[in-house]
Amino acid sequence: MTLALEIAKTHLLAKPKQTLVAMLGVTFGIGMFIAMVGLMTGLNNFTEELTMTSSPDIHIYNDITRERPTILEEVNPSGINVVLHQKPKKVTPKLRNALQLAEVIRKDPRVIGVAPTLSSQVFYNYGPVQLNGTISGVDILEEDKLFDLRSKMKSGRIEDLKASTDGIIMGTGLARKLNVKTGDRVVITTPEGYTMTLKIVGTFQMGIGTVDNIRSYANISTVQVILQQDQSYITDINIKLADLHQARSIAPEFQAMSGYKSEDWETANSTFLTGVIIRNILTYSVSFTLLVVAGFGIYNILNMTIHNKMKDIAILKAMGFSGGDVKRIFMIQSLVIGFFGSLAGLMIGYLLSYAISKAPFNGGDFISLDHFPVNFDPRYYVIGIVFGVTTTAVAGYMPSRKASKMDPIEILRG
Amino acid sequence: MEQVLRTHKVTKYFYDPEKFQVLKEIDLSVNRGEFLSLVGKSGCGKSTLMYVLSTMDTDYEGELEISGERLTGKSQNELARFRNEHIGFVFQFHYLLPEFTALQNVMIPALKLKRYSHKEVEERAYEKLKMLGMQDFALKPSNKLSGGQQQRVAIARGIINDPDIIMGDEPTGNLDTYNTHLVFDIFRELTHTYRQTIIAVTHDSEFARNSDRVIEMSDGKIVGSSAQGVVKP
Repeated sequence: MTLALEIAKTHLLAKPKQTLVAMLGVTFGIGMFIAMVGLMTGLNNFTEELTMTSSPDIHIYNDITRERPTILEEVNPSGINVVLHQKPKKVTPKLRNALQLAEVIRKDPRVIGVAPTLSSQVFYNYGPVQLNGTISGVDILEEDKLFDLRSKMKSGRIEDLKASTDGIIMGTGLARKLNVKTGDRVVITTPEGYTMTLKIVGTFQMGIGTVDNIRSYANISTVQVILQQDQSYITDINIKLADLHQARSIAPEFQAMSGYKSEDWETANSTFLTGVIIRNILTYSVSFTLLVVAGFGIYNILNMTIHNKMKDIAILKAMGFSGGDVKRIFMIQSLVIGFFGSLAGLMIGYLLSYAISKAPFNGGDFISLDHFPVNFDPRYYVIGIVFGVTTTAVAGYMPSRKASKMDPIEILRG
Repeated sequence: MEQVLRTHKVTKYFYDPEKFQVLKEIDLSVNRGEFLSLVGKSGCGKSTLMYVLSTMDTDYEGELEISGERLTGKSQNELARFRNEHIGFVFQFHYLLPEFTALQNVMIPALKLKRYSHKEVEERAYEKLKMLGMQDFALKPSNKLSGGQQQRVAIARGIINDPDIIMGDEPTGNLDTYNTHLVFDIFRELTHTYRQTIIAVTHDSEFARNSDRVIEMSDGKIVGSSAQGVVKP
């Protein structure tokens, strides 16, 4: 053991209470950082996962609410035309050549799944109960590739849908409200007035109320029949990418290629993602404040120690310790406080995180959640200890430098 | 006689509160094995001179040489190393490190020097403590020792690296008569038996009278030098 280390150790152990108080400052800061970061990133990951299950990476559809030029402008292009309260044109949300478009997109190497779908508003009737909802016509195996439907099935199998012409897979929330089970038959009515009886072959749960309470899946052909449309009638194309973070840059390419609105998941869920950013800002600002407070604590304690040790520093210098040696002695002390304080903080943080992750929390009808989601990613533990040691090093540097610069003669002469 | 310390025209000013010349062209040489006392009234510059000689004060004009090495103009780090190896200190207030035992206090300068292994350093520290009659207190915390005992430990610490010179700033200033005699006898033995050089600033006229050479200062100048208490102009 080097001499500076030994002297630092003796100083720390000579005043255990003071050392402990200094460490506790760091411990508290780091512990809170870990607990907060664990909870916040846990929530972030959870919401991100939820948005991923409910929306595709890129969604191509026919945006019928887009502004269109009035007929007046076509007739009189050079004049000043004012049209008030323009009546929407009767257009179908159909994507032209959707299946060919899907084939083209499928060949893109950045794409790992393409699912053409069509969906419609429908009424579900079961006995006297009548509920509003949507029905999606999908190739269920493609859909499984995109949203991992198989793992979300609560009853039945997705292959059962493929095998039947009048089957549907219903969201658990919708099934509960209708009071139906797998094997029951429900009557559906489209806005156009077409009625059909379908058989429930399975139920699924995504974990989000807005999906589970209204959506059912059926085969594409079944929904085309319900809507009384031809076999090429497709309203949406959902795309899964190899890297979902590229969605934002790829979406405009597909929009230009297809001529239809192409929306990436970040835009579609921007409110969710704003929450993520705000939580991150909160976490880091609160943790930083805690650590700065701990840093001031260390600065004070070290300053006081050095003030009390003026004579010792003077004699050490007389005996041949250089300014650097003296600085080292006090830097070691602050780093030891920082390191062990942070280490204890990581443990406290882990215990807090564990306690939070076991706390019951009812997500209600909106999201299916019974405990807080907590992230135990070791990366944040590494950040925590680096953060803690850095803060103490900065806080300890100034008093240590002061000690190293002190003139021993002034002290020794009395 | 072998010269161990030599100064040439050492001059020093204080600037606070106003410019004031404390040391005026001091020429001094000290032989090996000499027991030298620096005396003079308060404010005559004797302590200031000692701190210049000790290399801790570098803000002076003139030249300083110890053991044939010119020390004027060296960096603080070089001087620290030099002090560690060549100069021992004994102060009025003992300045032991209170958290450490007597033995550890004695060992610290030697551990810093790294000339010997840890084990050898410990043996040597015991030897020095024994020489000063302090071996029984070696493992006591230094703040549990009496003033005289602490001063003896401080002397042991001062000689652990076999320095060329021991510098003392009122080494007996804070001790009772018994301990003053004790410390004086130790110094005496160190110079005569071990040929150790000692330069001590003192107010104690008896202490000074019994040393080998007395240098009297007044107003920043050496006004008298005497051997065995006889003042020669």
